[in-house]
Amino acid sequence: MNERRHTISVLVNNQPGVMQRVSGLFARRAFNIESITVGESEEKGLSRIVIVTKGDNKTIEQISKQLYKLIDVIKVVDLTDSPMVDRELALIKVNADPSQRAEILGVVETFRAAVVDISPTTMIVQVVGDTRKIEAMVELLHPYGIRELSRTGVTAMMRGV
Amino acid sequence: MDATKFQSLPPEELRKKLLQPDEITGSEILLRCLLLEGVECVFGYPGGAVLYIYDAMHDNPDFYHLLTRHEQGAIHAADGYARSTGKVGVCIATSGPGATNLVTGIATAYMDSVPLVVITGNVATSAIGTDAFQEADITGITLPITKHNYLVRDVNDLPRIIREAFYIASTGRKGPVLIDIPKDVSAQVTKFHYPENVYIRGYNPTVHPNKMQVNRLVKAIKEAKKPVILAGGGVVYSGAHEELIQFAEKARIPTITTLLGLGGFPSGNDLWLGMPGMHGTYTANKALQQCDLLISVGARFDDRVTMNVAGFAPNAKIAHIDVDPAEIGKVVKTEIPCVGDVKEVLTLVNEKVEPADSEEWIRTLMEMKEQYPLRYNDSDEVLKPQYVIEMIYETTKGEAIVTTDVGQHQMWAAHYYKFNHPRSWITSGGLGTMGFGFPSAIGAQIGNPDRLVVSINGDGGMQMCAQELAICAIHNIPVKIVVINNQVLGMVRQWQEIIYDNRFSHIDLSGSPDFVKLAEAYGVKGLRATTKEEARQAWEEALETNGPVLVEFVVPKEENVYPMIKAGDTLDDMLMGDEQNE
Repeated sequence: MNERRHTISVLVNNQPGVMQRVSGLFARRAFNIESITVGESEEKGLSRIVIVTKGDNKTIEQISKQLYKLIDVIKVVDLTDSPMVDRELALIKVNADPSQRAEILGVVETFRAAVVDISPTTMIVQVVGDTRKIEAMVELLHPYGIRELSRTGVTAMMRGV
Repeated sequence: MDATKFQSLPPEELRKKLLQPDEITGSEILLRCLLLEGVECVFGYPGGAVLYIYDAMHDNPDFYHLLTRHEQGAIHAADGYARSTGKVGVCIATSGPGATNLVTGIATAYMDSVPLVVITGNVATSAIGTDAFQEADITGITLPITKHNYLVRDVNDLPRIIREAFYIASTGRKGPVLIDIPKDVSAQVTKFHYPENVYIRGYNPTVHPNKMQVNRLVKAIKEAKKPVILAGGGVVYSGAHEELIQFAEKARIPTITTLLGLGGFPSGNDLWLGMPGMHGTYTANKALQQCDLLISVGARFDDRVTMNVAGFAPNAKIAHIDVDPAEIGKVVKTEIPCVGDVKEVLTLVNEKVEPADSEEWIRTLMEMKEQYPLRYNDSDEVLKPQYVIEMIYETTKGEAIVTTDVGQHQMWAAHYYKFNHPRSWITSGGLGTMGFGFPSAIGAQIGNPDRLVVSINGDGGMQMCAQELAICAIHNIPVKIVVINNQVLGMVRQWQEIIYDNRFSHIDLSGSPDFVKLAEAYGVKGLRATTKEEARQAWEEALETNGPVLVEFVVPKEENVYPMIKAGDTLDDMLMGDEQNE
């Protein structure tokens, strides 16, 4: 089976419990969720959920069809094979003695990331990018000692009109 | 029975009265909306959180409510009503335990795509989330077993929500919709406004098929030499039985009906091959394995039909007609998908279809049908369960509405009662719910006051909802209740015998009540038969009795259902029941 990562954008009614309906569907039908994000959309009363999942073509087709069966789901778009922008944000609290700060700042700048907090022994690095970029940043900061890592999960959008 | 005189006014006049923009409570709004949806009878059980709703019923001459003795009885009755009439079944229960007692019934209806609107009370909105007395998150609990559900937070939303619930339940792939009404919402007063139209942005079932796919199907039929139709519950639910007969006859295609499809194609038709699957007929299973074109019509390739999917219909090109796009390709790879209402699709197909080159195939199957009929070893010493079903079939001329529970008797009823009409066979197929058989018959009788309703149960399932004997007696609901008593959980016994090497574990039901006395204790006539002669006499007496009767048929526990296919095997691997003699 050719399992692949897919990024699926789901437009839903902004109703209480709608996340539970969507995530419950994934759990119940044993579909995988790598990340799930939600927020308001361009239209009042509608939210957009972006789900990153893994599966073969048959599974992805089922995911889309089963999502459509939810009354609160308006539209399902699989962005995977379209030109898309996918981004997530990570906050990384890393050990940083004053002596190490300059070195870490060098890494941060190369990634066009930002330092958003400095304490006597730590720094918080904020990085925005696709999943690969986040993972690369985490890997580079790893030798300094990562105290805490918090990621938003992926949100995404198709390019062009 | 008093269910038919539920309305005090003629429909138009009643409708006008109901539509008045009066200042009324949420409870009154609920009752008005149910009446405006054409609800004839609501099955229910009161409690704290629905007291305002039950108060609104008091002295309401237009509203008919049937008090069951358990919420499970109420929802199975609503289910039997819905399956037998095609209308939406409605039940009401209170919050907490009342609501959770409905869960099995909701799941039963969901699995078999039965349109229900389920009303539950809940604690007041201010108390939700505080673990209040009799509080349960029933919308959360029923999320995976409802087509949709609502928690009503504002009384002004109530008319729209009820309208939507009926629309969602009864269109597309049908199913149960739950409306949870907090107690304060049922008491709030507002000006009644009934929305005539329903618009749900995220809900638009595909009813009309894609013409290109229909043409592909027509072409595939013309090229097929060994086509077969697998007709499921979708045929019955969309009212497409006439179209199916026309399709099978015009295209010359032998037809198999699934458990839920029984009655969707007349058993008397020469092209009928019986039921497929684990306890399917020899010919139906062989036809599936040997066909070159398999046309599924409103069936969903359940695992009890396909058995081992890897070995299912190995030579077949598969066409699938279904109103639910998610069913297509879910289990088997499908070459020709036809999404749409079965009736619409078949109507279109029938306009264009030409006969398949299938006469030799039909001849082969007819010979097979002759050579391998359903059979059992009858006896003059003991009363065989299959004999009982055959007798019920003969004496009712196949015209009864038959409901069943789950287990061996269910399979025997499916085998030996021959159905010729849709909506005459009511059984829990998908969920396999014990306790369903008897209460569903009550609902079927309420919905069909002029038809004979026979409820066939085992001694196990009968004890799961026996309390509803009370309402048969009180309202003189003339269901003929059959208990096939083999003093054992027969289907479990059969599996333990065949698959678990005769290790019989916890299947002994001796110590059951005397069913005749049990019926009599509720005021229902009870009869018992242990021989063929007694069986005929008791059954005749039951049919002649004007009112409910329970007839217990005492049968041997060793009888097994054949054919049988063991889990993991393919449809070719049928046990016919005579293996040890060969």
